[in-house]
Amino acid sequence: MVPLNWYLALSAVVFMIGVFGFLTRRNIIIMFLSLELMLNGVNISLVAFSHYLQDMRGQILVFFIITVAAAEAAIGLALILALFRNKAAVHVDEMTEMKG
Amino acid sequence: MLPKLFFGYYATAITVLSLLVVTRKNPVHSVMWMLLMFFHIAGMYLFLNAEFIAAIQVIVYAGAILVLFLFVVLLLNLREELETRRFIGSWPAGFAISSAILVSILGALGSYVQGPSGKYTLGFLKEETPTKVLGKVLYTEYLFPFEIASLILLIAIIGAIVLAKRKLRS
Repeated sequence: MVPLNWYLALSAVVFMIGVFGFLTRRNIIIMFLSLELMLNGVNISLVAFSHYLQDMRGQILVFFIITVAAAEAAIGLALILALFRNKAAVHVDEMTEMKG
Repeated sequence: MLPKLFFGYYATAITVLSLLVVTRKNPVHSVMWMLLMFFHIAGMYLFLNAEFIAAIQVIVYAGAILVLFLFVVLLLNLREELETRRFIGSWPAGFAISSAILVSILGALGSYVQGPSGKYTLGFLKEETPTKVLGKVLYTEYLFPFEIASLILLIAIIGAIVLAKRKLRS
């Protein structure tokens, strides 16, 4: 039997890689991929908890997280398309209109 | 021993593939590595007796979300994007912040005490089949959140159409 802590450590590692990618890349598509990576890291730990605590609620939560991730991807990619149409760039450093 | 080997393979593959996702220069390559990583995560869900979640991981994440990403990447012309630098100049700061998150989570893992177990034991799931049990819980106990999820998807559809359509010249 694999200990629960291993799954939690794996989930922390995937989350950490997602945070790293989000903070250090400036290509907006890869930043969105890093967001999905973070959501997947959380999903791993929820499914592992659901299995080890013998409770279905973890899997229900994963179901809702995947729903929200799909909605977020649709809206985010529409935003990227609108931005690209106006600026012809996917580099977030070139988008400084809202600096105030 | 065999489950640990199995877990070791999946954990190594998921870690290496997610590192590849955030370090590739070309977004198309990133999306492809992400696809492979999603399949590995689905395999790990099967290993945890979550067959329905594994199926929607493949269908929704790999089938819908990543294809959407691929469409957008291919629609945009990213030629000049390949010439720019991969990471921002202050990437050590990002690395320090993310490692601090990792260290704090790993440090907290040692003091985790498992709570009381629920009623969905392995024998119960084997008798009822996990997907049926999941459906029962979803449509009775979590019916209201399920309806809210449908509203979120409706808003996403409308928002995506409004954002992506061209302005009409009047």
